[in-house]
Amino acid sequence: MRKAAGFRRWYLVHKWTSLICTVFLLLLCLTGLPLIFRDEIALWLGDLAEPPEQTVASPDASVDSLVEAARARRPGEFIKFLIREPDVPVWVLSLGLAASASENSSAFLFDAHSGQLLRELPVRQGILYVLLKLHVDLFQGLPGTLFLGVMGLLFVISTVSGVVVYGPFMRKLPFGAIRREGTTRLAWLDVHNLLGIVTVVWVLVVGGTGVINTLARPLLAVWQRTELVQMTAPWRGRPDPAAIVSAQSALDVARSAEPNREVRLVAFPGTSFAGKHHYTIFMRGKTNVTQRLFKPVLVEAASGQLTGSRDLPWYLTLLLLSRPLHFGDYGGLPLKALWTVLDLIAIVVLLSGLYLWWKKRMLSGEQLQVESDLIQSGKSVSGQEMRA
Amino acid sequence: MTAPLSTRQIWVMPAILALVSALGLISALLGDGIWDVLSWLALAVPVIVIVWYSLWAFLIRGSS
Repeated sequence: MRKAAGFRRWYLVHKWTSLICTVFLLLLCLTGLPLIFRDEIALWLGDLAEPPEQTVASPDASVDSLVEAARARRPGEFIKFLIREPDVPVWVLSLGLAASASENSSAFLFDAHSGQLLRELPVRQGILYVLLKLHVDLFQGLPGTLFLGVMGLLFVISTVSGVVVYGPFMRKLPFGAIRREGTTRLAWLDVHNLLGIVTVVWVLVVGGTGVINTLARPLLAVWQRTELVQMTAPWRGRPDPAAIVSAQSALDVARSAEPNREVRLVAFPGTSFAGKHHYTIFMRGKTNVTQRLFKPVLVEAASGQLTGSRDLPWYLTLLLLSRPLHFGDYGGLPLKALWTVLDLIAIVVLLSGLYLWWKKRMLSGEQLQVESDLIQSGKSVSGQEMRA
Repeated sequence: MTAPLSTRQIWVMPAILALVSALGLISALLGDGIWDVLSWLALAVPVIVIVWYSLWAFLIRGSS
């Protein structure tokens, strides 16, 4: 009797967490599908460009020329970030209406070798932007992201409870069997269980890292309020610097401080990652794992001197490592193809789950009894389960 | 009525698939070249298992 009561409880957990989150998870899975190929689509649309190959190896162009070119085109705007892509030799320069603005007002793509402007990038428009906003926050900003995080958490609980109830369902059924001799609903139950249990690790990893990614802004805010504040404490309250050193000289200082790392992102003075008195240069490692992890190096904007650097705290390391495991972009095109197939399988699991719930509501008592006999998932369990 | 399956019989395939999936997810993260290939092979296994049992049920055994 106790076993049956435990099963019933887990079954109800599975049913109710699934019912609440399924619609949103379907949206996440569907918007996620094209986002797997974000870079390829961006290249195809012209939002990303591969610069011409270098025939003669020469040092990269100074980023100061990039800053000048952007300022010439957008004199009223403030430079926020310079982002160096890891695989393609390009810089993305983003500007905002204020340095501390969270949204970009414009963005430019530059060839890193020649310093040439490749194109102006679309900002807050385009199909990829729409898909990304739907996926990340339903166009609702931070509340939307946190809401989706809660849905993701329910999804994780739903998946775990699904694994727990898998056992009793499989008492009399060999692995992989799909019973077609009974009702359609029974066949779909078997499909739902098989697809679900086979992909459970991938689903938990992508779902779990999705939930962690929803905490990106809060975690970055924690970093700003603890680590960054500590590193910039001597400058607090001072007036804004009258003149600042060029970005290239700040870069050079950071590179000599961390010769085993490469520049990933330069946050300009005035942005919330750097504060008013510094450049913050985030530097990534060179191995497969460390290239995902950034070490912030602070350079004083007025003097161009190194202020210091610290390793990332554990929570930001966790966040940054959650990115590749969520996107599936760390193993080339074949991995992205597999990610797509697994995403489609997850969609089938979600839809079949909805179908199973809907059909059960529609079934008569007699039909449920027939199905119950077919399931035969253990005498003490089946009767209870069917009445759930 | 067939005899009920043991816990081991119910969980051996799911456990193997879980392990293979986990290794597949981690492998490409650790390096390039062979590490990527191991990921592709490992993550293809759940897909192949699903395709196999679906074909078995819907094509090979014929309609009910």
